[in-house]
Amino acid sequence: MGAGVTAAEKNAASGTGHAPALEARSLTLSWDGQTTVVDRISLAVAAGEVVCLVGRSGCGKTTILHALSGLTRPLSGQVLLHGEDITGTPGHVSYMLQKDLLLPSRRIIDNVCLPMLLAGVPRAEARAKAEPLFERFGLAGTEEKWPAELSGGMRQRAAFMRTYLMGADVTLLDEPFSALDAITRVEVRRWFCDMARELGLSALVITHDVDEAVSMASRVYVLAGRPSEGEPSHIAGEVRVDHGTGKGDFALTPEFLAAKREVLALLG
Amino acid sequence: MSRQQDTPRNAAEPASSAAPAPHAAPAPRAGASRMRRVLTPLLTVVGLLVVWELVVDLGIIPNFLLPTPVQVVQALVADISLIVGHAATTLVETAIGLLIGVALGFAIAVLMDRFEGFYLALQPLVTISQTIPTIAIAPLLVLWFGYGLAPKVILIVITTFFPITVSLISGFRSVDPDVIDLMRTMNASRWQIFRYAKLPAAADQFFSGLRISATYAIVGAVIAEWLGGNSGLGVYMTRVRKSFSYDRMFAVIIVISALSLGLMKLVDLLQRVCMPWKRAEGNKR
Repeated sequence: MGAGVTAAEKNAASGTGHAPALEARSLTLSWDGQTTVVDRISLAVAAGEVVCLVGRSGCGKTTILHALSGLTRPLSGQVLLHGEDITGTPGHVSYMLQKDLLLPSRRIIDNVCLPMLLAGVPRAEARAKAEPLFERFGLAGTEEKWPAELSGGMRQRAAFMRTYLMGADVTLLDEPFSALDAITRVEVRRWFCDMARELGLSALVITHDVDEAVSMASRVYVLAGRPSEGEPSHIAGEVRVDHGTGKGDFALTPEFLAAKREVLALLG
Repeated sequence: MSRQQDTPRNAAEPASSAAPAPHAAPAPRAGASRMRRVLTPLLTVVGLLVVWELVVDLGIIPNFLLPTPVQVVQALVADISLIVGHAATTLVETAIGLLIGVALGFAIAVLMDRFEGFYLALQPLVTISQTIPTIAIAPLLVLWFGYGLAPKVILIVITTFFPITVSLISGFRSVDPDVIDLMRTMNASRWQIFRYAKLPAAADQFFSGLRISATYAIVGAVIAEWLGGNSGLGVYMTRVRKSFSYDRMFAVIIVISALSLGLMKLVDLLQRVCMPWKRAEGNKR
């Protein structure tokens, strides 16, 4: 496990010619090993690309992330990282959840260093690697604070920094902004998109918010189905989003509305 | 979802400045001056002592049944060197018993958390062990282990491990399963999850348990001493009771209370040292 910086450089260098950074091939998943929740879904995230997976609550989005992160094993199908099979083995991709899940008993710097500490990096070395990043993540001056002393938006930024310091090539985000209030959410989301571009992040973001999906991603996968009513989820379609010049408020452009309409149509 | 979660926080701001919302009610109490918070209970205690003194002085309760507070203090001062010697014995028993009890409680809790089988096997036994009345088994312990240190320590261990075990187990289980999942995505080992997430999460409840155990320990020691021994506050208490010097008995009771209180304060101090992040959480609220 290297520092996050090298991962970003790797992403920028690897380009798009090779296998996608992350690929799911025909994943079939279940909660209890019997009833199918997600039926043969395939998706891919190219290096340096932010992709969204949008679907209703309870349609198995988190189940998919658990399988992609290796926490659970799919009933069938494969998960590939740069073409390499990582099905059912955790530790290869970073994972960030809706809750910041900062450990209340550790200072912010030790929280963001957690992935390195768990990997056996000595504390002083881990801290030295993390310290220069605080400025960049908008957390300067919070190093020695306790999580309880930070605002919700700052805590989420710290959680993102911890995710980044895991140093994995691909980041999975499970509704990362939905616990924030509406104004903070827009701010943190915009900040995240800038950071993702700057760091060359390859990310798969899961959300139930169509606006969020369309405003963040270059591609949106639409997940449809009602697993609790016996209808497993499947990928209903894929929508490409043209972000144009990136000037002005994208959410007010006709391109945004067109993409949003397309996603909503697929959701049914 | 986010909006629902945020409503209370946002709503609190206008509420505090305008109409008195229900959750604003405790505010005046929190705002009560420090002076008043200290003075009110102090005056209550002084008032009760005065009533006690008067009740005996006026002969409402005869003095041979109930000593006055002044007599109790006089007895305490007169016997202080003797009491200190007995208290030392009791404290040593308490310390040894409590240490073993905490260690045992901790070990049981860790094993029950780690192995499902252990949990299923021990859960009922641990609960049943608490329904056994301490006073009922104390004579048996004296019968089996003599008048020395052993029966006292054993009794204290039996009474103190339970609050520790119960508080730790519920503390370990209070960890958000998402934290464990997150740590697993970082390839954390079981030991690392325990050390970084479970143990700190259980700290708060552990210290609550320890506070209870500490008071149980002193009471346990005294009860065991009642039934036999050469020194200790319980032994001293039995002696003065047999000689009908109730003033000295009250003096010992005061000493026992003071020791319990001191031990609880010690636990508070230990908690403050071990949980520096608690102060940050306290300031926030």
